[in-house]
Amino acid sequence: MSTATANAIDTVFAELSARGETALIPFLTMGDPDLDTSVKLIAAAEAAGAHMIELGVPYSDPLADGPVIQRASERALRRRISLTDCIGVASKARAAGVRMPFILFTYFNPALQLGLERFFGLLQEHGFSGVIIPDLPLEEDAEVRGIAERTGVHLIPLVAPTSEARVERIASKAKGFVYCVSSLGVTGVRSDFHAGIDRFLATVRRASSVPICVGFGISSREQAERFAGVADGVIVGSAIVRQVEASLPPEALGDTGLTEAGLAAVQAFIADLKPRKPEKA
Amino acid sequence: MTTTQVPDAYGRFGTFGGRYVPETLMNALYELEEAYNRYKDDPDFLAEVRYLLKQYSGRPTPLYYAERLTEHLGGAKIYLKREDLNHTGAHKINNTIGQAVLAKRMGKKKIIAETGAGQHGVASATVAALLGLECKVFMGEEDTKRQALNVFRMKLLGAEVVPVTSGTRTLKDACNETLRYWVSHVDDTYYILGSVTGPHPYPMMVRDFQRVIGLETKDQILEAEGRLPDVIVAAVGGGSNAMGIFHPFVADTSVRLIGVEAAGRGVDTDKHAATMTKGTPGVFQGSMSYVLQDEGGQVQEAHSISAGLDYPGIGPEHAYLKDIKRAEYVPITDAEALDALQLLSRKEGIIPALESAHAVAHTLKLAPTLPKEQTVVINLSGRGDKDVESIIGYLGGDLP
Repeated sequence: MSTATANAIDTVFAELSARGETALIPFLTMGDPDLDTSVKLIAAAEAAGAHMIELGVPYSDPLADGPVIQRASERALRRRISLTDCIGVASKARAAGVRMPFILFTYFNPALQLGLERFFGLLQEHGFSGVIIPDLPLEEDAEVRGIAERTGVHLIPLVAPTSEARVERIASKAKGFVYCVSSLGVTGVRSDFHAGIDRFLATVRRASSVPICVGFGISSREQAERFAGVADGVIVGSAIVRQVEASLPPEALGDTGLTEAGLAAVQAFIADLKPRKPEKA
Repeated sequence: MTTTQVPDAYGRFGTFGGRYVPETLMNALYELEEAYNRYKDDPDFLAEVRYLLKQYSGRPTPLYYAERLTEHLGGAKIYLKREDLNHTGAHKINNTIGQAVLAKRMGKKKIIAETGAGQHGVASATVAALLGLECKVFMGEEDTKRQALNVFRMKLLGAEVVPVTSGTRTLKDACNETLRYWVSHVDDTYYILGSVTGPHPYPMMVRDFQRVIGLETKDQILEAEGRLPDVIVAAVGGGSNAMGIFHPFVADTSVRLIGVEAAGRGVDTDKHAATMTKGTPGVFQGSMSYVLQDEGGQVQEAHSISAGLDYPGIGPEHAYLKDIKRAEYVPITDAEALDALQLLSRKEGIIPALESAHAVAHTLKLAPTLPKEQTVVINLSGRGDKDVESIIGYLGGDLP
């Protein structure tokens, strides 16, 4: 692959792999508490050591999400945050100096209503490297996959412990990385993972030619480190969104001091998630 | 006509349908589809379902000639398909019997269901009690207050009612929460979805279990009139009672099929549930169909006096029938439905459910325009007992 067409996600994973490090991939709901703060939170995440970031689009019916991200979506939707607003955040974050790759996380319907060609055109224009659509399984993704490949935006698929024979089919087509769902259920903080998680990850590893990352339920450095040896990256969503909810309530927005303190608290939280003892298997 | 061959292997009715769900559920949907395909023609399975429909629910339900209503309107002959006479008071039990028997064959001990007004919840709790299954019903917190009686009925039947506090706190979010719970408990739990909505194979399977309505109607009208009806009218929310009565007639192109949706306070207000009239194609709760949504694809809140029609989506096969112009969909307002409910009560001594009253209301407009030789069948999907309290709220306690 020539450098001109190299996807930034691939580049970052190659660098991390060379250093024996695990990617830390935070998730933030865009527009919670507002769009300007989202830009600052993205910068804070990078300063905290994030290697790439998922920008979540608020949706009225977030089927794959637990209560924390549902609440964040509701807060953002009260501000009438749209899909195009969320995509636009990426350019603002770049302008603010953020260098890490951006991955958009959106349910399918908003992208469908925007028009798939236009959607991917905007992703390209605003510098996204990847997209995750949690309610678009393999059986339904042909058109999206075609446009994604043409535009060079990685369509990152999810696999679950229940995927079984589907793992091979999904992982073999994956671009960017394979998003491994750590447990049965929706996103959210949890203390235990699926009993067969290590066997599941090993299965995905065998079937995949791209890196594998683990998400859904990871909320602490201990948990991140637990997966650092077996996965190439960990995704942390609800735990960070909950921290945003606590540190940056809408009331804090008008107050520069409170906002700065809130951003610092979220940054410290993300920094603390970073696995300290990389032990590559 | 190829309409009887839908859906295809991907659960597509034309461009509608499909399976837009998180990956975690995909194998569960395949497992369900496989089990359904295995049992749907199995003589033992069918015999058990038929036995329960007959001896437990009281089928076949009558096709009743509404003579006084017909005379009052002075047009086409009006027949009522009396689904209100089913056990638990609505057509919903046709589907819950089928799915609960299937769940048992699949070895599942726990069932979950979503409910709006509580009719599908009650029908699910009922079959769970009947077959010895553990039952959890998800219901919007708002609806648990509006339908306190049904909450208590479900509890009496031994079910657990889980109030849903996310989003709109009504049916839409009860559906989301049931799907989320299913994602977490997919190993041992069967989801009895209550309408012809959601991901494949539900729209097909629920249709098949509800087809008994149309199949009986066909035999009964042929016996009564010696020919097929000219028009069939049914209310549509998700669309299960309408699909049940429509489907056996889809290939009979002389029969007009009319789905009646809830216009609430009017299709030009923001308080309606007229998905076909005002909605646009989109993906919602697992399938592609018409959806009430804003330009950004956010799903809108629906409104109807009838909790069973208060839903911003509709089954994908209805979207298909609309697009191929095999069925028509028309709106009826809250006020029109209330008037129709009172008229049917006084002319025939039958208090219909508010949902079914929408179908009656459209017939009040249509029948007088048709010649007396023609026949209209209304699917009277449920009885009005459950609605009496809210009707008092709308009409006031004092009737003239």
